Amino acid sequence: MSGSKDSSLLVLSSAPHIKDGDRINKIMWTVVLALLPNTLYAVYIFGTNAALIIAVSIFAAVLSEYIFQVLMKRPVKIFDGSAVITGLLVAMNVPPQAPAWMVALGSAFAIIIVKQLFGGIGFNIFNPALAGRAFMMASWPVYMTTHWHRFPTGNIMAEKLTSKGVIPQEVIDIITQATPLTALKESSRLTLEYNITIDSLFDYLLSSNILESLFIGNIGGCIGETSALLILIGGIFLMWRRVITWHIPVSFIGTIAFVSYLYYYLIGSPYPEFVVLVHILSGGIFLGAFFMATDMVTSPVSARGMILFGMGCGLLTFTIRVLGGYPEGVSYAILLMNATVPLIDRFTKPEAFGVRKERL
Amino acid sequence: MFNTFRGGIHPPERKSFTADKPLENFPVPQICCIPMQQHIGVPAKPVVQKGDFVREGQLIGEAAGFVSANVHASIPGRVIDIMESLTVYSRQTTIVIEAEGSFERTGLMYSPVEWQNIDGKVLLGKVRDAGIVGLGGAAFPTSIKLAPPPEMKVDTLLVNGAECEPYLTADDMLMRTYPDEVVEGTAIALKILGIKRGIIGVEDNKKEAINALNKSIKKESYGMDISVKKLKTRYPQGAEKQLIYSILKKVVPSRGLPMDVGVAVQNAGTIYAIREAVVFDKPLIERFITVSGKIIKNPGNYKVRLGTKISVIVEECGGLTGTPAKIIIGGPMCGLAVHTMDIPVVKGTSGVLFLSEDEVSQGDFDPCIRCGRCVTACPVGLLPCDIAAAVEKERFDFARKLHVNTCIMCSSCSYVCPSKRPLSHFIKIAQERLAQQK
Repeated sequence: MSGSKDSSLLVLSSAPHIKDGDRINKIMWTVVLALLPNTLYAVYIFGTNAALIIAVSIFAAVLSEYIFQVLMKRPVKIFDGSAVITGLLVAMNVPPQAPAWMVALGSAFAIIIVKQLFGGIGFNIFNPALAGRAFMMASWPVYMTTHWHRFPTGNIMAEKLTSKGVIPQEVIDIITQATPLTALKESSRLTLEYNITIDSLFDYLLSSNILESLFIGNIGGCIGETSALLILIGGIFLMWRRVITWHIPVSFIGTIAFVSYLYYYLIGSPYPEFVVLVHILSGGIFLGAFFMATDMVTSPVSARGMILFGMGCGLLTFTIRVLGGYPEGVSYAILLMNATVPLIDRFTKPEAFGVRKERL
Repeated sequence: MFNTFRGGIHPPERKSFTADKPLENFPVPQICCIPMQQHIGVPAKPVVQKGDFVREGQLIGEAAGFVSANVHASIPGRVIDIMESLTVYSRQTTIVIEAEGSFERTGLMYSPVEWQNIDGKVLLGKVRDAGIVGLGGAAFPTSIKLAPPPEMKVDTLLVNGAECEPYLTADDMLMRTYPDEVVEGTAIALKILGIKRGIIGVEDNKKEAINALNKSIKKESYGMDISVKKLKTRYPQGAEKQLIYSILKKVVPSRGLPMDVGVAVQNAGTIYAIREAVVFDKPLIERFITVSGKIIKNPGNYKVRLGTKISVIVEECGGLTGTPAKIIIGGPMCGLAVHTMDIPVVKGTSGVLFLSEDEVSQGDFDPCIRCGRCVTACPVGLLPCDIAAAVEKERFDFARKLHVNTCIMCSSCSYVCPSKRPLSHFIKIAQERLAQQK
């Protein structure tokens, strides 16, 4: 297959003789490019520790890929960009104040255990970055759930939220120091403990332009998940470059929106549409839907399969968030759906042209 | 708007090398090497001997069976050898003629035959005698396709003017230059089939051809219902089953034939040859081909005598301006790469491409990353990635379950693969292995 060394010889190979210019490395570096605005913004809003985490994570991922490939006497392919993406995505999935050594270990786990031991690029079953996050979550849960960025105001939002009287300061502290999802999860407990009505709590949440903060991203959360806007820009860029298709992001986010609206409407929440937007815009939904669930290796190959996969991700995320023990469920939802991909692929095979008629 | 099929790709067209080059008569070669099998089926049987003198257009190989085709002398001259020689397809019996004597046909004006008053069966006989085969590349004997068995009810003739392969422009130029003839040929084919409806499918990047054909139909349609259908420019629009689906939305069964859904398909070049055979009693001794690629000095659309060697074509086209990386007979998507220029142009040769290093794609392939692009591109709804994986593990049974025999070998999957995996190559291996097992 490799090009002729003797230039006077003609190359013989089967058709086609021309091929599309896209290659794996081009695709991977395009994804890195699409993540860049979000990365820079994260450094801007969370400061030097975020920058340190991102750098360490990428370095650890690339280094472990290099060491593994050298030791296993495989061709070293660290420049194909895939390890850089894994490192970058691991960093995006940890709190901004997490210790860098932990992130390095998470990246190494993602590359060596989840990717290389399964056979390297193309053969891993689970999304390496998310499996890395799950590994850190299981090993160092405190670092993974409490080391949020403390904005100077003490709130999750960079813009100061003001108390509106009816809400006790303790409650405000609780719902503003973690992520909005924690606040949402805790809301029923808070209303009982502090004897405030759910309406007044929502009045408070609504008044504090929380949605705007979520969309723009000046809010707490993991390094790469805060700005829905910048992730969306990156995602649209990827669709324009035809690296990803609309199927997974749309079905993922659409399912969350539909299911959570239905749920909050049925339990009689005062502002179901508001809660739906909080759900969609907060946490890792956008990052997961555009950058992680769309990982080619660990998602279905057909359009129908992708839609099913996205719907499954959405449903599981909602289930974990609302009914499960964690405030956030995107990463586990995607990992669980990764495991179902062979099954989905089997049941969503496109119909071979003219085959149904042949059987008649 | 939706005149297209599922999947497909849009490779760079690269037709500009020859898109506006008028059809040109190629100089008659000194020596013609005419293989006995230029078609699908049984090779023709030589009916001349070494040393014989043959006239231009004389029968030199007789169809040897139902699926076979006559072969004629492309040039007048002496049979200097009958030997085993290499063609695009294989090594086979080839009659070598050295030009001598006068051209009895070329240059003479023949009075056109009034075909309207002749029985369809007689017209079919003329097509069969002329040795016409599908000129799109498959080279299936045309007379068989024009005479479906009585239990098959064919109601529509599709004329394939899609020419979806990059580089190739000969059909386009033919339709632009001879629209009247293409329409008349369509009418003749319709008469032979005994039906009225003929549709000429042309991709929408060939606007001039579409306009020219429409004008011709308006002028004279011989009492037939002939129309032009504009198709989306998408590869493989010209693949038989895809063309039928794009125009009529009918699905030809896997491994079935167009006549299964009541359709006959003929390439535009074939239609032109049918007309010549019927109107001028002219056997198939020449065809239009595109000579293109970055490194051929004078690319163009030429009318070439069958049996002209590739090396002669290079010479007459001013030679090569660089070292070719690949020489391809046909288009870059489906054509065959050859290792020598010592082979002749045959009935199924639609083009000869001389491609430079930067035009062809070469190199190693990487593991599949399951991006699904091959699945999206596949016009027949297969999973090329999974078939290739099965073939790599020599699980041909699994490949069969994945409908590998439905593949039409358009190579769209290999084209889009970002890992540059030779998917269609793997599929071909599976098809051949499964055929052997039977």
